[in-house]
Amino acid sequence: MSSRVDTTGIKIGMWIFLYSEIILFGGLFVLYAVYFYRYPEFFAEGGKELDRVIGSVNTIVLLVSSFSVAASITAIQLKKKKTTVALLIFSLACGAIFLINKYFEWGAKFHHDIYPNSERLVDGEPGLNIFFGLYYVITGLHGLHVIIGMTLLAISLVLVLQNKIHAERFSMLDNSGLYWHLVDLIWIFVFPLFYLVL
Amino acid sequence: MSESISFYNTPSPAHHTGIKAWLLTHDHKRLGLMYMWAVLFWFTVAMVLGLLIRTELMAAGKTLMNADVYNAMFTMHGVIMIFLFIIPAIPAIFGNFFLPIQIGTDDVFFPRLNLFSWYLYMFGGVLAILSLFTGGGFADTGWTFYVPFSISTERNVSMTVSAAFILGMSSMLTGLNFVTTVHRMRDKAMGWMQIPLFTWSLYATAWVQILATPVISITLVLVVIERFLSVGLFDPDKGGDPVLYQHLFWMYSHPAVYIMILPGMGVISEIIPVFSRKAIFGYKAIAASSMAIAIAGSLVWAHHMYTSGMSDVSVFVFSLLTFLVAVPSAVKVFSWVATMYKGSIEMSPPLLLSLMFIYLFSVGGLTGLVLGAAGPDIHVHDTYFVVAHFHFVMFGGTGFAFFAALHFWWPKMFGIMYDFKKAYVGAVLACVGFLFHYVPMLILGMQGMPRRYYDYLPQYEGGNFSAGIGGYVMVFGIALMFYNLAISFKSRVKAPVDPWGGTTLEWSVPSPPPLLNFAEKPKVPAYPYDFSEVLARSEHKPR
Repeated sequence: MSSRVDTTGIKIGMWIFLYSEIILFGGLFVLYAVYFYRYPEFFAEGGKELDRVIGSVNTIVLLVSSFSVAASITAIQLKKKKTTVALLIFSLACGAIFLINKYFEWGAKFHHDIYPNSERLVDGEPGLNIFFGLYYVITGLHGLHVIIGMTLLAISLVLVLQNKIHAERFSMLDNSGLYWHLVDLIWIFVFPLFYLVL
Repeated sequence: MSESISFYNTPSPAHHTGIKAWLLTHDHKRLGLMYMWAVLFWFTVAMVLGLLIRTELMAAGKTLMNADVYNAMFTMHGVIMIFLFIIPAIPAIFGNFFLPIQIGTDDVFFPRLNLFSWYLYMFGGVLAILSLFTGGGFADTGWTFYVPFSISTERNVSMTVSAAFILGMSSMLTGLNFVTTVHRMRDKAMGWMQIPLFTWSLYATAWVQILATPVISITLVLVVIERFLSVGLFDPDKGGDPVLYQHLFWMYSHPAVYIMILPGMGVISEIIPVFSRKAIFGYKAIAASSMAIAIAGSLVWAHHMYTSGMSDVSVFVFSLLTFLVAVPSAVKVFSWVATMYKGSIEMSPPLLLSLMFIYLFSVGGLTGLVLGAAGPDIHVHDTYFVVAHFHFVMFGGTGFAFFAALHFWWPKMFGIMYDFKKAYVGAVLACVGFLFHYVPMLILGMQGMPRRYYDYLPQYEGGNFSAGIGGYVMVFGIALMFYNLAISFKSRVKAPVDPWGGTTLEWSVPSPPPLLNFAEKPKVPAYPYDFSEVLARSEHKPR
């Protein structure tokens, strides 16, 4: 029974896991919804302080990397190892660009004395504190997921190079790709909720 | 049946020997047993803690420990019992061992993930122990970790909630494994309406685990974040709302009580028909009610919060939904009773424990309705009534179902029988002790004694004293049951393939089963609870 690999089953398991990740963020989105309802004007005000250019660039970077990961999965099925490797390296680079952007973005906020428990937030309007609190928690947790996703992609890359992932057996790459799409998907929600609010 | 080599003598993967054959195993049966020893260890620890708490409360004032130790102790009792005993007990032990066999396959879908879950479980347990000795000691917040106290207390809450986080992940991965296994590895001949009810209940439980656990994960992460970074998401001074914490917490933790009870109901649904020699009444209704409980149970969380500050409309809606959950639970109870009606009942320790389950669970369920109704809840909220209700459901329910499962499947897991007489005596003592332990608490709660208090007014002395006596009787009964099971290893009375006359697939394989579970290809019965053959056999040869 275990001699043949059941790829459908592996995929079911992965989808269920992804679903649980969405619920994980769902808890935070519940907080967002409640506090947005309570402090709409401060959420709008806070949203204007975020850098829309960096946010948009990051959105595009993630979307492009999602495409390149999907393309790499097609490439491995077509037995084009070199293309697969190139596409994976490109995706990893996109992930790195995302994190670097995030680093500068957070750094600028820190510079303006906007970070959890900073004097400006504690002494200022509670609504703003909540907005930026949620901003740091949600983008922070998302950033952590970007790092996890990059790790998975890097492992897949190594396995491709070692020929352990090939046209007949590519579940690991497939699932890492799914995870990467999840990271992308969550960002698609995070981006408008914080950067484009009202 | 031909002789086969039991899984004890066949390590998997095959090249491991000795202790490694256990610690690196992929075999679901070995993992089930490894869970069993760990779970029993934690159960014993938490039971002793509970007994110490009750001993402290037997007399007013200080008896054994000071108030700080008392706070940490009831927190530890709660955290261990919830996260290390009730949640994993039945799914991780009996689910791991019997779910693949009941659906006619050789293992769970992700055997290595299964091993990983066990390590997460053990790691969570180690973290819980570590948090005793590091930082300010074990949390003193109660197992609910309510803010703001969980954020402001000096105790090592961060490590305690990390333990709970990891244990939650372990339980979720087990659920993920079970869902995939039921979908992908079921014997081709077994349709959905031919799945044994224990597996059905595990399937429903697994969905709740997957649906709800991430919510507690994020909530516990937020507690840790608040402790380290003071973001203020639950701090009113900083614009946060502490009641939101309670919502998030109960969004998981109410469904979690169904994670705890559903597998227990599954066990009872297996045992009752076997010893009544009669097809289970309402197979489809029981299977459907498991799923109904899983769904409706996810929508009732705010009934823990009638006094926390909610609109009257929400209180009304959540009260109504709570009453709706009682319906599928009652469907099960009536089905079990109807199964026994005019059955050919054969008494045995598992059946006796199941009958105790039905009684204790019904009391727990009905007192739950008192709490679910918004009016009376205001009166008994946060009193001993809640404590008693909760223990009737969780301990009288899941706890006794766990004991029943132990006695029911012990011969299959170890291939040996135990002494019936000691098992009966132990079970009766545990049940009688249970009633003397918790019925006084129901009364104390009606009289207004608040839960979790270290000390009390003189009028509560009688109730607390008798609860303590009952506690000792109960613990003695449980200890006797465990002792009886333990000495069965010494006497080694060999168990037959089917000691009870069960009809589900696990009773068609050798005791203990071989590595791949089935010596020959499993023959899936058209209906899992058809006892005509068993009855025919017993007429020819009275047992």
